[in-house]
Amino acid sequence: MWEYLTDSFNWSGNEGIWARILEHLWYTFAALGLSVVIGLPIGLRIGHTRRGAFLAINLGNAARALPSLGLLMIAVLLTDQIGFLPVLVALVALGIPPILASTYAGLSGVDPATIDAARGMGMTGREILTKVEIPIGMPLIISGIRSATLQIVSTATIAALVSLGGLGRYVVDGLKLRDFPQMFTGALLVALLAIVLDALFALIGRITVSPGLKIG
Amino acid sequence: MTWIGDNLGLIWEQLREHLYLAIVPVILGLIISVPLGYVATRYSWLANPLIAFGGILYSLPSIALFIVIPAVLGTKVLSTVNIIVALTIYTVSLLIRNVIDGLRSVPPDVRQSAIAVGYGALHRVVAVDLPIAVPVIFTGLRVVTVANISMVSVGAVIGIGGLGELFTLGFQKDFLTPVVVGVVLSLTLALIADLILVSLQRILTPWARVATPVGEVA
Repeated sequence: MWEYLTDSFNWSGNEGIWARILEHLWYTFAALGLSVVIGLPIGLRIGHTRRGAFLAINLGNAARALPSLGLLMIAVLLTDQIGFLPVLVALVALGIPPILASTYAGLSGVDPATIDAARGMGMTGREILTKVEIPIGMPLIISGIRSATLQIVSTATIAALVSLGGLGRYVVDGLKLRDFPQMFTGALLVALLAIVLDALFALIGRITVSPGLKIG
Repeated sequence: MTWIGDNLGLIWEQLREHLYLAIVPVILGLIISVPLGYVATRYSWLANPLIAFGGILYSLPSIALFIVIPAVLGTKVLSTVNIIVALTIYTVSLLIRNVIDGLRSVPPDVRQSAIAVGYGALHRVVAVDLPIAVPVIFTGLRVVTVANISMVSVGAVIGIGGLGELFTLGFQKDFLTPVVVGVVLSLTLALIADLILVSLQRILTPWARVATPVGEVA
């Protein structure tokens, strides 16, 4: 494996390791961005109005049972094409539930007395959402985005099965060629990427905690 | 529909393999994490590093583990042992936190009383501490069982994956039915496993049925 990793030929170029990492990150962040854009507002709405809580809770649970590989294959067969679109659809379908469920959980965990107090001070519904509920729920919202990221980053590996790039290429190609060092390289890089992204979100989680919540 | 009828044998075979690959790690993981969690509550400096390490392990993509494990263990790439070891690692890394939290949730006066009535250390753990920790442990057990059942299929990428093999089959043949059958069966399996765990928890904690108010889930 070290021979594969230390050979500079394998790092550069269109199919080099750097290019594969960038592809992998591109799939991940495209899917993550879309999942946030869809999941966050719905989660905020359910958390703020407390309507549809049943959906939010059960969606989060049911999504854990969803086999990502099967989802990807269904997306490929239904869109009837191979490439970025079905992968994006599958990754977004995996990314939305944890974000939606945690956002709801974050908002619903806010003490009703706090919301009453905010309302008593004359805050409008929107102000309560942006100045009270979101800051207090932020740690859970971030943790939802964090689990979505992990889910997406590992599933993006499978994208190589439907002839996309990314780090999964090493796994799929290596398997086909019985080239074990290549497979191992891919697996290791995906694991490293997951750890780095996880650490990044742990950091973001720490930074975005409202100063008011740190007291005590 | 005819595909299902013609391939009942294959579907049944993959379903059985899927169940085996998902459940064995849960049992192994439980057997490992309970004593480990107990040790971590006795030597409390161990608890936080163990939980943090578990968090890192749990963040590793399953496909990566499925491939790295044979290199570490020297098993064949296409051996079911790899899947079982990988999922056992996930189970332990997630359960360890619940076992520690559960054992910590035992009120000190309950523990004191047990000692006072003459329970030995082992007897107390089995008869007093663990039963009280059951609800917290089961919360983790349910999460990890459902996650394992969905994760087994990823193994199909490297050629062993229970129902996941129906996914790759459908993809290669450009044929939706096997994929849908696989997804539906996988979801059903997860649902049934979850229901069994919920009932098992009720049987193991008869006192909770009396103590929890109606409508609240323990």
